[in-house]
Amino acid sequence: MSSIQEKQQVLIDDFDFLEEWMDKYSHIIEMGKSMATLSEDEKEEDLLVKGCQSKVWLKAEKNGNRVIFKADADAIIAKGIVAMLIDVFSDQPAKEVAQADLGFLDKMGLKDHLSPTRANGLMSMITQMKYYALVFSG
Amino acid sequence: MAYNVHDIRAQFPILNQKIHGHPLVYLDNAATSQKPLVVINAISDYYLNYNANVHRGVHTLSQRATDGMESVREQVRAHINAKEAAEIIFTRGITDSINTIAFGLSSIVSKGQNVVITEMEHHSNIVPWQMLCERTGAELRYFPVNDHGELVVDHIDTIIDKDTAVVSFNHISNALGTINPVELLLKKAQSVGAWTLVDGAQSGPHAMVDVQEWDVDFFTLSSHKMYGPTGLGILYGKREKLEALPPYQGGGEMIDTVTMKESSYAGIPHKFEAGTPHIEGIIGFGAALTFVNELGIENIAAHESELLAYAVEQCSSIEGFRIIGDSLNKASVLSFVVDGTHSYDLGVLLDQQGVAIRTGQHCTQPIMDAFCVSGTARASFALYNTKEEIDLFKAALVKAVNMLK
Repeated sequence: MSSIQEKQQVLIDDFDFLEEWMDKYSHIIEMGKSMATLSEDEKEEDLLVKGCQSKVWLKAEKNGNRVIFKADADAIIAKGIVAMLIDVFSDQPAKEVAQADLGFLDKMGLKDHLSPTRANGLMSMITQMKYYALVFSG
Repeated sequence: MAYNVHDIRAQFPILNQKIHGHPLVYLDNAATSQKPLVVINAISDYYLNYNANVHRGVHTLSQRATDGMESVREQVRAHINAKEAAEIIFTRGITDSINTIAFGLSSIVSKGQNVVITEMEHHSNIVPWQMLCERTGAELRYFPVNDHGELVVDHIDTIIDKDTAVVSFNHISNALGTINPVELLLKKAQSVGAWTLVDGAQSGPHAMVDVQEWDVDFFTLSSHKMYGPTGLGILYGKREKLEALPPYQGGGEMIDTVTMKESSYAGIPHKFEAGTPHIEGIIGFGAALTFVNELGIENIAAHESELLAYAVEQCSSIEGFRIIGDSLNKASVLSFVVDGTHSYDLGVLLDQQGVAIRTGQHCTQPIMDAFCVSGTARASFALYNTKEEIDLFKAALVKAVNMLK
């Protein structure tokens, strides 16, 4: 099992390898398409992440000391972004997720590239993940 | 004079830039239009040469600023054929204009009466009326829309009845582009003695309006959608109607005399213009109006219709492409969905290719609900857009759809 840091490095490398932003978006979209989704029943109103332009549902479960995230979104780019975050943070020790450094987003250039509203959406997703992780690590 | 779009584009330096390495294709004109050099220069000229507060100074600069502002009031009067310049109020925008009227009607509208709007209004022509109804106990009614995005007026006699106090609706829908049957609605509203308001947010840059011919009580325009500066709206009102309403905000400029006990209000238009007005905006808007009228609104509308028809023809071959609001009577707005894609995703991927469109609900949630879509993508055309840009838009859209599907 790779650590959070190792997972982050893989993402940074993948993004670095793709020069054009259209290709980076393709990569995000593919991640979105291949992510396991939530069933319609699971898409409960209170799982919606506030502050996203499109609908993003985020679900967290505790598995021992680890936290498992599942998510879905109605727009594919948002889904790809949440898939990327799940790849990094899901099935990791809750305590480490809660304390994880977010420098990888800057290194990927993602935060700068997204429009302010989308960047806010991204930060809302991460805040929500860290919040769950904090509760589970207590 | 032939309509030369390439000469016209030279007036808009902002269009000549690259976004993410691609030439900018700006198709978000229904949200706001770009500003020609004549407008930018008029604003600079004001600040370089005659910036001063209006209406109060005896000094020369103040006189010049006042003259500049008041000559625009006259220009607007002529543009919409109002009877007198005093019937033209400068506001902060459409939202401010409609709130001014809705607030003013608080003590006039009462329980048992109703206020009529349509299902295709933007939020600024819905919420102020909901608030008025909350304050007064009046009932809010609306005309629904059909599958083509047109108003259903079959039951006009039951929607607008003897208890109708206000009828307020947009001339052209921002979300769909539909041109509404203004005369029909106004005639019915007038026959029951209702107050009438037409929202010209979208029609301003595309259609000539004669407020006396319509005999409408209130009409609003937005400067920034008509190639003018942001932060400025126009509220036209018939003299007797404006005089019957109390002022919306208190402050300087709008008073006749002030003592520590009470104040008496100035006459129109000043009664509704509390505080220092948006002088640079007004001056800039004057230049925008001149620019638009020199090109001729009919010529602009013809150019935009051609673009719209071309865009529809080009895009209809894209699999899953569906136009939302395909009324035969519509103006320069192409609101659409592509089945199997989300409008936000389309918007992001088009932006990556330099194409600026609107995505989402366009501040018209009710109409999106009516069409059962969470939102649409909207390309809207202006006097400076070209067929080449529509080709770029189409190519970008095809690429985006292929990535998403």
